[in-house]
Amino acid sequence: MAAEAETQALRRTPVHARHVALGARMVEFAGWEMPVQYRGIQAEHAAVRSRAGLFDVSHMGEIEVSGAGASRFCQHVTTNDVRRLDPSQAQYTLLLNDRAGVIDDLVIFRLEAERYLLCVNASRREVDFEWLAGHAGDGVTVRDVSDSYALLALQGPATEDILQPLTAAELSAVKPFNFVTAEVSGVRCMVSRTGYTGEDGFELYCPAEDGARLWDALVDAGEVEPAGLGARDTLRLEKGFALYGHEIDETTTPPEARLGWVAKLDKGPFIGSDVLSRKEPLQRRLAGLEMADAGIARQGYRIFQDDREVGRVTSGTLSPTLGKAIALGYVPADAAAVGAEVRVEIRRRRVPARIVRVPFVR
Amino acid sequence: MEYPKGLRYSREHEWVSVEDGDSGIIGITDFAQNELGDVVYVEAPEVGEKISKDDPFGAVESVKAVSDLYAPVSGTVTEVNDALPDTPELINEDPYGEGWIIKVTLSDPDELDDLMTPEEYTEYCEGEQDDDDGD
Repeated sequence: MAAEAETQALRRTPVHARHVALGARMVEFAGWEMPVQYRGIQAEHAAVRSRAGLFDVSHMGEIEVSGAGASRFCQHVTTNDVRRLDPSQAQYTLLLNDRAGVIDDLVIFRLEAERYLLCVNASRREVDFEWLAGHAGDGVTVRDVSDSYALLALQGPATEDILQPLTAAELSAVKPFNFVTAEVSGVRCMVSRTGYTGEDGFELYCPAEDGARLWDALVDAGEVEPAGLGARDTLRLEKGFALYGHEIDETTTPPEARLGWVAKLDKGPFIGSDVLSRKEPLQRRLAGLEMADAGIARQGYRIFQDDREVGRVTSGTLSPTLGKAIALGYVPADAAAVGAEVRVEIRRRRVPARIVRVPFVR
Repeated sequence: MEYPKGLRYSREHEWVSVEDGDSGIIGITDFAQNELGDVVYVEAPEVGEKISKDDPFGAVESVKAVSDLYAPVSGTVTEVNDALPDTPELINEDPYGEGWIIKVTLSDPDELDDLMTPEEYTEYCEGEQDDDDGD
């Protein structure tokens, strides 16, 4: 019923046919038909940590903000400080609602003095656009340009060596969270040293119609493992990166989600800053959990301390790097100390777990 | 996908192999292991526990997801595959052989008649596949 409606509406990225040809398992994600795995999540995960993996993340949304008032507007609607960006630099940032709840987490690219590109979650694209357009005043134009881009992420320690022969741009000069515009195998791209795996890597934004050609060039560049959303999730979770709809949503505030560092209260007022400025004691805090006994905690599982339910798991998996079950979840702020013991209810069994430092993998 | 002859199959993608009248072996099918991906953990009942048809008796976890195991038949667990805690990937590599999960004494062998033959199950899986691909 609902599933049928979803199926009919599923969107496909410009690289879709390549995934099918590679035998990827395709799943629905945020309204898109996306590859969750090719060879296997663990093999893909290991390839990214040891060498290089290639992800099609063209489902991500891109929203452009331009006009004479663009900088002032971005400074008002995002939590990080765009004045710290020169053109060709990017930063991780948040959109907050008036209660300081997280509307989305995103990367903002300063393309020109008064032109920005916001790379947003696929699941939040429409909500973000409505929010931004609704707050834009005179001198600010907000456009959803998602459909004009394909986005490929080449991630892993060997990324620079693999990518360099394909472009004239001097990649070693592109520092983390910097980007250049350059041709990669003849495809005009925004080449950005960013990612969501915790490894070195580049994200390539190119015209949608060139996406499949760029994918082919990167796969042929040698020992590049096509990697799906499954590995993307285990990779980001090992590094403790938040995923929208899991660790963050409109009811969670940045300090609760350990994202207080992204909200720059010293930059002047922005949406949500008055709530954050009050510095009220946190009721709950996101914590890293390591299972001390067999079982994998998953989103929504209940966390107990002294037989009292104290919170819920937001994400969990078996860490391919550690070979242990890890999870993120909310616990009372006063219970979030590293080393504290809790239990996670897994199919009616309360399995011991310990609060550990995040990231799980350094 | 392979669905060996002589086995019976459930709608929840478990298989049962019956040896001499009332002793059976239970595992998950090739289709199920393929859908799950890399199996990393198996939660099985203990020897002596009773399982009853269509009720959960354990779970199989892949990196990405967890899937309950539903008893294809009723009975008492007589043996648990003790290789699975250390090598859960046997379920992916050899779902009908070394990747078996439990052995049981069937309390009602007539329940086998409710399960599918390899031919019926093949057709059933094709239907599920179409649902996956449907657009």
